[in-house]
Amino acid sequence: MSKRITIDPITRIEGHLRVDCEVDGGKVTKAWVSGQMWRGVEQILLGRDPRDAWAITQRICGVCTTVHAIASVRAVENALQLEVPLNAQYIRNLMILAHAVHDHIVHFYHLSALDWVDVVSALKADPDKAAALGESLSSWHLNGKHEMRAVHERLSGYVKTGQLGIFTNGYWGHPAMKLSPEVNLLATAHYLQALEVQRKANKIVAILGSKTPHIQNVAVGGVANPLDTNSQSVLTIERLLAIKGWIDELADFVKNVYLVDVAAVGAFYADWTKVGAGCLNYLAVPDIPLDSKGTQFAMPGGYIAGGNFASFKPIKSFGDQYWRDGVAESVKHSWYRGGKGALHPYQGETQPEYTDFKDDGKYSWVKSPTFYGKPAQVGPLARVLCMYLAGHEPTKKYATQTLETVSALAKTKVGLEAMHSTIGRHAARAISCAVQVDLLAQQWQALIDNIGKGDLKTFNKPTFPKGEQMGVGFHEAPRGVLSHWVVIDDGKIKNYQCVVPTTWNAAPRNDKDEAGPYEVSLLGTPVANAELPLEILRTVHSFDPCLACAVHIADIETRNTHTVKVV
Amino acid sequence: MTPAKTIVLGIGNILLSDEGVGVRAIEALHEHFEIPADVEVIDGGTSAMELLDDLSHAKLLIVVDALKAGRPPGSIVRLSGDEVPVFFRSKLSPHQIGLSDVLATLELLGEAPRETIIVGIQPATLTLGMEISNEVKAMLPEVIRLVVADLRHHGFEPQPRKALAV
Repeated sequence: MSKRITIDPITRIEGHLRVDCEVDGGKVTKAWVSGQMWRGVEQILLGRDPRDAWAITQRICGVCTTVHAIASVRAVENALQLEVPLNAQYIRNLMILAHAVHDHIVHFYHLSALDWVDVVSALKADPDKAAALGESLSSWHLNGKHEMRAVHERLSGYVKTGQLGIFTNGYWGHPAMKLSPEVNLLATAHYLQALEVQRKANKIVAILGSKTPHIQNVAVGGVANPLDTNSQSVLTIERLLAIKGWIDELADFVKNVYLVDVAAVGAFYADWTKVGAGCLNYLAVPDIPLDSKGTQFAMPGGYIAGGNFASFKPIKSFGDQYWRDGVAESVKHSWYRGGKGALHPYQGETQPEYTDFKDDGKYSWVKSPTFYGKPAQVGPLARVLCMYLAGHEPTKKYATQTLETVSALAKTKVGLEAMHSTIGRHAARAISCAVQVDLLAQQWQALIDNIGKGDLKTFNKPTFPKGEQMGVGFHEAPRGVLSHWVVIDDGKIKNYQCVVPTTWNAAPRNDKDEAGPYEVSLLGTPVANAELPLEILRTVHSFDPCLACAVHIADIETRNTHTVKVV
Repeated sequence: MTPAKTIVLGIGNILLSDEGVGVRAIEALHEHFEIPADVEVIDGGTSAMELLDDLSHAKLLIVVDALKAGRPPGSIVRLSGDEVPVFFRSKLSPHQIGLSDVLATLELLGEAPRETIIVGIQPATLTLGMEISNEVKAMLPEVIRLVVADLRHHGFEPQPRKALAV
């Protein structure tokens, strides 16, 4: 007897996502993923000055402000074949990397750890035993008895008030929660420590970007940060030294806490290395450009077809044709006017056509992107696999180290193939974060060295020729491949399309009726209790969904309407 | 520890007309008043966790936001004291990790604002566009007056730059 479960909305994500599953014999047999908000912001850009697009696109989303600004200026620079001064690349890279480190830490600890960690169970822990466990796993200075006792006391006080506050709506005591009280306490301590450390990453973005949450220093052609080592009002050596201090603190946390915690969760939930694989076509773009043209990158990218590692094909530059010609979007199952088949983003259209939720028809506001006609998974897992296969040494080092820790804790050999899973996506995010925090230090040094050589240039002025130019800006954002596609005509925007990471992953069925990555990943997911579908949330959360591309309005007309409907 | 701050926070999405009224209101506040240096005025957009540091240890937090209260467009609602937690508990937000979670997190850290005031405006439209509706625009002077009155009540003296006109 199959049951239909509707979860609407999925909580602890950005934006409004609905998931429908058919469950038979305790497992998901069919899945539909539906974005419940229309994102037509591209329309606002038509007819505007391409130099203003970045400031507008960074308002698309509350979390990913910086990434849209970066993708937008890169798109216009690509259309104009405009080079970007080295200092500007380094400053952008620092912001990109600090944002990524921030985002990954927040995602693991504050948005998804509560799927695996039972905060209420932590109250039953012996703090001294939790400390002993923590100290056996890592040399992190805040794993000791004093800290664990303090966290235990603080948590007890908080829960005693009867208001779980930020911890309400958790699946506490769910049979799929497997960690011991001590592991739960240790993880809760790290949840609190992560709240502190993520602030440092945010400060880096704020200082370089002049302001958060919306950075102000980006420009088509470079950045607007004047470099002057003597002036107080600009990016001074003093400020740069403060940034270095925060980078070091972040590196300590990422390597000695985040990577270790992910390995421990992976080992204690080893079953989850066999769940949630889904779409095995992986797409990642190269990022952290090291030259003014965007032909050399610190992080490689490429495409893997069908999980076959031998099929890896690199994407090499901002002008890469293999990348540019491969992307198309279908609206056959999306609430947009279609009938023209999958369209390349330069020809993309965004005309709404709402129907009800139709299982075999249109059922989502998300379009369905494909790479050479195939759905593709994007995000940290795609990034790490592509970097690994491109022979990127830091990625190989952290991946090997993590898999060895998991193998030792789980007492069984866990290899790279275990990464095709729900837990693998978490592991990949931590591995990516470690690579990125090291790069943060390297890009900081590169900026200092370049300024030391006397190069203070940060901006190349763009000029817009008559006629039409087309450009794509891509960025390997925290959630994966982000691309902005712009068509400019006589210096004005004629068409603009954003293909965002969650569009790739949360895609509905495409023109050939093939399911999107979330949908495929849910197939076979065990569901112990259809009323409390924690397991479905685990797999969906592992992708770090971000659909916050529209409203956030406050509403005192309605009470909380989060529903899990079982039919 | 940083000294206790006073913050005026405008939030909302300026790409969706009246949804962005909170941000438009603080822009108008800047335009019409010289704000004392010890008051921070923040354009929060639709951000969440990025605001954690900015909002920590606040003495007073005034939030200006679009608010669906089932009233005629342009209606203004001011909430303070016990009404604030009720507002956040019942807040239906497609942004699951919105401002309410930032404040709940600050609560957990023991860094929550000592006092929070919400000034909400009922939107007329949430259609795509960067301009707010005339009904809501007409109420901006009143919103600013309320914010300025609250600041004065707390001992700050915003100086008018130019007359408030509808």
